[in-house]
Amino acid sequence: MIPLLLIHLIKIACVIGVMLGIVAYTVLAERKICAWMQDRIGPNRVGPFGLLQPVADGLKFIFKEDVLPHHVNKVYFTLAPMIAMIPALITIAVVPWGSQLVIPSVSHDPIPGVIANLNVGILFVFAISSLGVYGIVLAGWSSNSKYPFLGGIRSSAQMISYEVCLGLSVVPVFMQVGSLNLMKVVEYQAQHTWLGFTQPLSCFIFLVSAFAETNRLPFDLPEAEQELVGGYHTEYSSMKFAMFFLGEYAAMFMASALMATLFFGGWSLPFAPFNAPAQTLTVGLIHIGIFLAKVCGFLFFFIWVRWTIPRFRYDQLMTLGWKIFIPLTLLNILISGVVLAVITK
Amino acid sequence: MTMQVERPKLTIWERTYLPQILHGLWLTLKHIPQRKFTRQYPEEKPPLHGAYRGAPTLVKDPEGRVKCVSCQLCEFVCPPKAIRITPRARPEDVPDANVEKEPEDFVIDMLRCIYCGYCEEVCPEEAIFLKQDFAIAGYTREELRFHKEKLLELGGVQPDSIWKWKFKGAPPLDAPGAPKREGAGRKG
Amino acid sequence: MYDILFWFFSIAMLVCGLLVIANRNPVASALFLVLLFVFLAGLFVLLEAFFIAAIQVLVYAGAIMVLFLFVIMLLDIKASERRKFRALGVVGGIAVAVAFVWELVIILTRPLKPLATGGDELSGGLEQVVKPLFANYMLPFEVTALLLLVAMIGVVLLSKRELK
Ligand code: SF4
Ligand code: SF4
Repeated sequence: MIPLLLIHLIKIACVIGVMLGIVAYTVLAERKICAWMQDRIGPNRVGPFGLLQPVADGLKFIFKEDVLPHHVNKVYFTLAPMIAMIPALITIAVVPWGSQLVIPSVSHDPIPGVIANLNVGILFVFAISSLGVYGIVLAGWSSNSKYPFLGGIRSSAQMISYEVCLGLSVVPVFMQVGSLNLMKVVEYQAQHTWLGFTQPLSCFIFLVSAFAETNRLPFDLPEAEQELVGGYHTEYSSMKFAMFFLGEYAAMFMASALMATLFFGGWSLPFAPFNAPAQTLTVGLIHIGIFLAKVCGFLFFFIWVRWTIPRFRYDQLMTLGWKIFIPLTLLNILISGVVLAVITK
Repeated sequence: MTMQVERPKLTIWERTYLPQILHGLWLTLKHIPQRKFTRQYPEEKPPLHGAYRGAPTLVKDPEGRVKCVSCQLCEFVCPPKAIRITPRARPEDVPDANVEKEPEDFVIDMLRCIYCGYCEEVCPEEAIFLKQDFAIAGYTREELRFHKEKLLELGGVQPDSIWKWKFKGAPPLDAPGAPKREGAGRKG
Repeated sequence: MYDILFWFFSIAMLVCGLLVIANRNPVASALFLVLLFVFLAGLFVLLEAFFIAAIQVLVYAGAIMVLFLFVIMLLDIKASERRKFRALGVVGGIAVAVAFVWELVIILTRPLKPLATGGDELSGGLEQVVKPLFANYMLPFEVTALLLLVAMIGVVLLSKRELK
């Protein structure tokens, strides 16, 4: 028997480790896939098929000179990349990676496939990820130069606007499931249908808003190389830059995980034995595999869209958010409410 | 005259951007498995045009002699002053002493050279050629100042049509058995 | 464990609160206020009111304070100068502080009723918050919403200077 605390610590270590590993390889995948789309080969020098490229990148980041421009506000300048990176790592705690792991030799009760089975799971995610905007705002402000500042301003406006969309778009999901707990959401989908099919509008708006929240193309206005040099991380170098970079990809991972969990059945597949909590260790592990496969699918989608669609103009972005998505989400909530009331009557 | 461009009326479906986005996604997806055009550079060299101007080098004639006679015309013509020649006299007693000067050292600074090819054009002895080396790299500036040995090594041997070495003591041009002289108009 | 966390959050909140008013740099003040909200959320978590904790962080720290920061940065407010104390300000401040302490004393000397906790374990306080809101206090809730709507329209009108 292993004490509960130790099990938790092991779980946290595994989740963070796997997540950062996938994040590192997403960077490689991004470069590879964009190369393929442009009829190129992409990085293939470090290791077989370039598979060790993330290691080389990491080493490069560590050994680069960490430039601290003299005109920056040092405390906030150093703080900003940390704040930008942490939210994605914290919020993954409430996302169920699998149903449960039954290991009798380790613990009596099955180990749930989630670090924190929080009842207000999705609110927790929104709350913490809404703090991520401080990283970008502070980076823009403390850099004390114009392009980062513009980037910071843009991103804060963008992220606040789309947080509203994001929050409203998932309301019908929870109206249907009747719980804010992500574990319950997945179990509901395992028993019934995937919510992506019953709530397609929610799903679509959530997906698009997730692009805006993670500052990915077509909504990467805070970085917008062509007009803002590099946006909020113009003045950053070395490991500090790497943290922004990792933060962006970790946020992408988180968005993919949420998409998979909320709309595409999380760890479940719509047939036995994958549509019920696992009773054996093997099935439990396969559940985790299914979840990760779905996440990787969405990560691919993120990359695919990035290398296809050009950037929106800033006013188009805001129009889309405030004038189209928010009314649409409200309408969606109304319709879902009526339909649910009729069905349950 | 102003021209009014008729904007096409978009349907609602088209105004959602979605058809174009889906079309774009399909296009990029189609390209993923297609043939790649990347050239694996250090292994695969790019095909160079015949007239490609690479590094300037010194050449030897088929008998292994340095063709340059240190006339310093190239040094004079070189626009960025990349060439530095230290000439010296050839001793009187060598068999082919009709060539009186030779370079003691011949330096081309590859960092200054602009690969214009003027040196090749101006050389009366056809002693300097722009070869096709384009990957010239080094760790220090000094390393990239190519000296005579290095230049000769890069240049190699060039088939020769000038018989300057042969003339002192060689049979006159019109004597029977004398080598046919090509490259008319050059002084021996 | 519980007590340690309680004291930690409380003291951290007090320190942050002090720093908010003591700091001369408005950006730093705003950031300490954010930190204060996060610690406050921590206190709510200790009470197992996860819903309120999450909303606290989401609304105050994640949205409102970002807008504050936004304004501070856009207006480029410089660190405020050291000002002379004005007599009226000092007297008013002391009066408010005394009134506040007095109120606290009155409240704290009363016998405390234990809070009615209920519902299933780890319900996160969602039901305790939402049920009364939509059942008992429906009308006030809607009126408040209407009030906010009116305020919002007012803001839009005011910020659009030239009316067509
Ligand atoms: S190629 Fe032009 S620049 Fe280079 S050495 Fe010859 S004359 Fe000078
Ligand atoms: S022009 Fe020709 S012969 Fe004259 S110095 Fe230059 S390389 Fe030598």
